[in-house]
Order: sequence, then C-alpha cells, then structure tokens
Amino acid sequence: MFSRAYKTVVTVPPLLWVTVFLLVPYLLMFCYSFWSVSPQQVIVHSWNLDNYKDLLHKTVYWQTLLRSMWIAVRVTLFSLLLGYPLAYFLSFYAGKRKDLLYQMVIIPLWVSYLVRAYAWKTILGSDGVLNTLLQYVHLTRHPLDFLLYSPFAVVLTLTHIYTPFTILPIYAALEHIPRNLVEASHDLGATPAQTFWKVVFPLSIPGVVAGATFAFVLSLGDFLAPLLLGGPSGIMISNIVVSLFGAAYNWPLGAAISLAMLAIVVSLLFLSERLEKKWSFS
Amino acid sequence: MASPMTPGVAMDGAQSGAKPTLLSIRGVAKTFGRNPVLRNVSLEIAEGEFLTILGESGSGKTTLLRIIAGFESATSGELWMGTERLDHQPAYRRRVNTVFQNYALFPHLTVAQNVGYGLRVAKRPAAEIAQRVAEALDKVKMTAHAKSNPSKISGGQQQRVALARALVNRPRLLLLDEPLSALDANLRRQMQVELKSLQREVGIAFVFVTHDQEEAMVMSDRIALLRSGELEQVASPREIYNRPATAYVASFIGHTNLLKGEVQGGMVRCASLAWPASLPDGPVLFSLRPEHVRLAGAGSSGDAVIRVRGRVLQQAFHGATELIRVDCADGLVLVVRTPSGVGISSRLHHDVELEFSAADAVLVRESPERN
Repeated sequence: MFSRAYKTVVTVPPLLWVTVFLLVPYLLMFCYSFWSVSPQQVIVHSWNLDNYKDLLHKTVYWQTLLRSMWIAVRVTLFSLLLGYPLAYFLSFYAGKRKDLLYQMVIIPLWVSYLVRAYAWKTILGSDGVLNTLLQYVHLTRHPLDFLLYSPFAVVLTLTHIYTPFTILPIYAALEHIPRNLVEASHDLGATPAQTFWKVVFPLSIPGVVAGATFAFVLSLGDFLAPLLLGGPSGIMISNIVVSLFGAAYNWPLGAAISLAMLAIVVSLLFLSERLEKKWSFS
Repeated sequence: MASPMTPGVAMDGAQSGAKPTLLSIRGVAKTFGRNPVLRNVSLEIAEGEFLTILGESGSGKTTLLRIIAGFESATSGELWMGTERLDHQPAYRRRVNTVFQNYALFPHLTVAQNVGYGLRVAKRPAAEIAQRVAEALDKVKMTAHAKSNPSKISGGQQQRVALARALVNRPRLLLLDEPLSALDANLRRQMQVELKSLQREVGIAFVFVTHDQEEAMVMSDRIALLRSGELEQVASPREIYNRPATAYVASFIGHTNLLKGEVQGGMVRCASLAWPASLPDGPVLFSLRPEHVRLAGAGSSGDAVIRVRGRVLQQAFHGATELIRVDCADGLVLVVRTPSGVGISSRLHHDVELEFSAADAVLVRESPERN
C-alpha cells in the first residue's frame, strides 16, 4: 500500500496542471463567449448570446466551418483509403520486414510539421516540382494553379500528415485479430475476399473508428496547412479563430467559435467511443 | 493372447481394411527453416474412421493436421482424396473442416451465425441455412444458445458450437486439434464419450490430434503414434497396447517394463532371468506390461512361467490397482501392477517373489535416436 503522503505527491501536481492550464482556460473561454466588444475595442462583461447569433447568421463563419468539416471529411476518407491497405499489409503480409516498415510509418511523425507542409509548397507551387515535371513531359502548357493555395493543397497536405494517425490504430486492431479466425474462415470455405469482408474488416472496425476520429478531429482544428497552402479559398475555421484572437481583437466571438468546435469534437468523440465499444469483442 | 514373438504386425486392423480409403498421405515432409518437423509420413485414413494422431508436443502432430487442412504446405509429399490431389487446393476448397484447439469462434457473430458461416459463404439459400443450422445446433444441444455471443457461453459449449460449425458443412473429413485440452478433467471425459458417439452417428471420418494417450485409447479406431516427425506405429488401441512395435510406443502408451537381453542358442538371457525362445542370436528388447507380472503364489503353473525374487522399492496407489517397483538385483527393476488390497501394502522394503509368463513379454524394436 502507498502512504497518504505519496499519493498526494503523485496526484496533486497533475491535477493542478490540468486545472490551471485546461479547466480554467476553458472556463474563461466559456465566459468570454457570452461577452462582447465595444466599438472602442474594449471587452465588455455584459452577458448576451450575440456571438452565437453571429456564428449562425454571418455566412462567412458557418460556411468556413462547413468547409473545414468538408475538408476534414475528405482528409479522413483519403487517410483511411491509404492507411487501411498499408496497415493490413503490415499486419498480415510484411513478415520479417514488419518492424522496419512500422518504423517507417512512425518516422515522419518525428519530422516537424512545418517542414512537411513546406515540402508540399515546393512540390505544388507554380515553379514547383510537379508543375515543372508536367510541363516537361508536355502534359500541360501552363502551370496548374489549383495545385497550390487551394482546398486541394490543404486536403493533400493534411492527408499526408494525418495518415500515420489512422495507420497506427488500424494496425493495432488488425494485430489483435487472432490468426486462427482467419484460418477458421478459410477452413469453412470462405475465399480470401470473403474472409476479409466477413471476418477481418468487421473485427478491425474499432481501429478504423479510432483512426477516422484522429484524422477528422486533428484536421478540423488545423490552421497551419490552410495558412501556408490554403490561399483565400482554403481558409479553415481555425484561421478565423486565430485572427479573431489576434488582429481582429474579437476574443468573445473567437471563444464562441472555439466552443462550437469543441462541442462538435466532443460529440464526435462520444459517438466514436460508442461505435468502438459496439464493435469490440474481447 | 497370440504368439508373443512376432513384433507389431497388423492383427486387428479391421477398421482400415474393411472401409475404402478416404485420404491418402504419401511421404509428407515438412521443414521449418532447417528444422525438420515431419519426415516422410505416409498414412491412409479410411472412410468413417476415428483416427487419432498421438504424440508429445513437438512431435509434429499439429503440423500434420495443418497440412491436411491446408494451413501449411508440405515441403514434399502428396495428399490424395480419392482421385483428387488435395495438397494443390487452397484450404477453402477442401472438403475438410477443422475444430480448432481454442475453438476460433467468430466473436462478432452469434452462435447461430457462427454455425451458418460455412453455408453463407457457400451462398446456400437462406431457408436451407436456417434449417441446417437448427439441426446442427440441435445435434450438439445448443439450440437454447443460438442467439448468444460466443464469449458468453462456457468452454464446453463453445466446443459444441465449434463442432456444429464444422459438421454443418458435411465435410468428408473432420480434423480436431486437441479440442478437449482446454476443458477440465470431468467435462473432458464426458466430451470424449459424446464426441465418439457423435462421430458414429454422423459417420464422417475424424482425425483427432492429442498428446493424451488415455484419450487416444478411449476414442480411437486407430492410433497413429508420431515421434519426432515420424510415424512410430499405426494400429488399433488394443494392438498398439498389446503389440507395441517399438520401445518408445510401449513406454508412451501405458506403463511398461523394458527388458534388455541377449539371445544365445535359443535362450533369452536378461539379467538373472532366462527363458527359451525361438529367436536368432543377438541383442533383444522386450516390453512387459506391469499387469502381466504377478506376485508369485497361488494358482500359477506352466513351464513358461518365469520367477524372480526382489525387494519392494516403492508403491503408488492408483485406486483399483497399485503400481509397485521391485528391485530384482543385477540392475533389473520391475514395475508390477496388482489389484489394490492384496496385502502388499505393508510390504515396503520386504522381499517378494514375482512371476510372469514368457508369452507376455513382447519383442519390440529399439527406438532409434532422433533429434
């Protein structure tokens, strides 16, 4: 048994940390979201719902929010489409190279986000690697301008950055599937394709849900990729929040948007936990 | 008891002789890396027979089963089912089904869905699936649990579901990989009886893998004893017990006394013992079951009876019988099985006189060393 003093020493610092740096800021944000800014650029502590009304009525906010969600949906979809086959290969067919390949999935996560985002800038730019190549092989005559500073660039970059986050939980879920279930399926006459759809995939759903949640939540809140590569058409909701807390100096509206996003993310996490529970058997 | 001096020839191989061959395993070998797991195994499995592949762990018995099922491919050798070459077909085309060691029930499907899996992937009509699943569940008395999740039923029940799931496909051959090893002793004995009667009822050939020689004896029509990847003997339980071909078989199946001796001029000499035998000169090895050695005394007679005196070293009570180790000098230690309560219990460290008849000493081959 641990002594009272030991328990206190171990538990109090993290609790303090969470309170001071997480709960208190959230509470402050919550309060801010009901305040307003006077024409003299002073935050007025008068309680009202104006910020939330703005969010619903001013097209730019909810449209950007919708666009951000649409970008996040696409990123999620592409990450799953790229990540699942790789995780499946890694888990079932990589054999001795499994550890090496697994490390190769992890390593990009150690590289700075900025480096990876800038890398896409040099690839997609009008003088970039891709456009130069396309013109060199005479597929195009002029640089394609939708490649950079567009939602396309944002989706591409975010997919690149967040695919490892889908691979890892899917891989873990696949590794958890007892291999004799696959053998049992073959034994009972199921072809490899039938075995995949009737046994392997259903049992990997918790991993897919976890991976999808990572990709969606992380890309929904992303502001660097749209800032660097999005251009005017690729602006995401976090960019608006950043400017509201910065140059625009409208903390109350920024807080309201942040809380709206928080609500979306929390309900999504709740939903994904329900789904994961429904599909896990052990 | 038949002539004692002929080593393990097929005496009551009726099971294999009467029925046509279902599966023929021809010279199958399997090597993992440099490690030979199976070497040149040839075995015929008859229609409707209950064949047990018996062996210690690492003897290659599970590998052999997995080769028949199609989960492993043999390094060399062939499998034939009738005129069909089986080893060229993937597992999902073979009309062979398996009951796995830990059942391998699909956790995301109910009991009934598990049983219907094979029929569903074969795209049978829904009505037929429903009917056959109901029949199969009924046969293994699991109808009440049809809608349960496999994790919510006991080990014995999972076992039955695994059986139903395999049998509902009407395979020509059912493979069972130590299916009883996870059950406790009582349930295990009960399942042995049930499995055996189920097998008689459905008439499908069973290949049953176990390391438990008692289980093998109780259930099988024939036992194939595997040792270090080679078949040591294939015979009915009675024959394999009474006429073990090798010293390994004799000591693996039940208890035995291995008597190492020398034949000279028609006489067997083994330590202080000697008896006549029509064998060529040279070293010999006999297996003498403990129950064939008696305490000398009342009612024993005949020329072929060999007597020896010794001192009781150890006793072990086994319920109906007792096993007694007797030191007979000259390095000869005999294990004797006597019915319990014949008064020997008080004889520890006392001298006793033992006797056995030469006819009960079975000539066996020395088992060659293998790694």
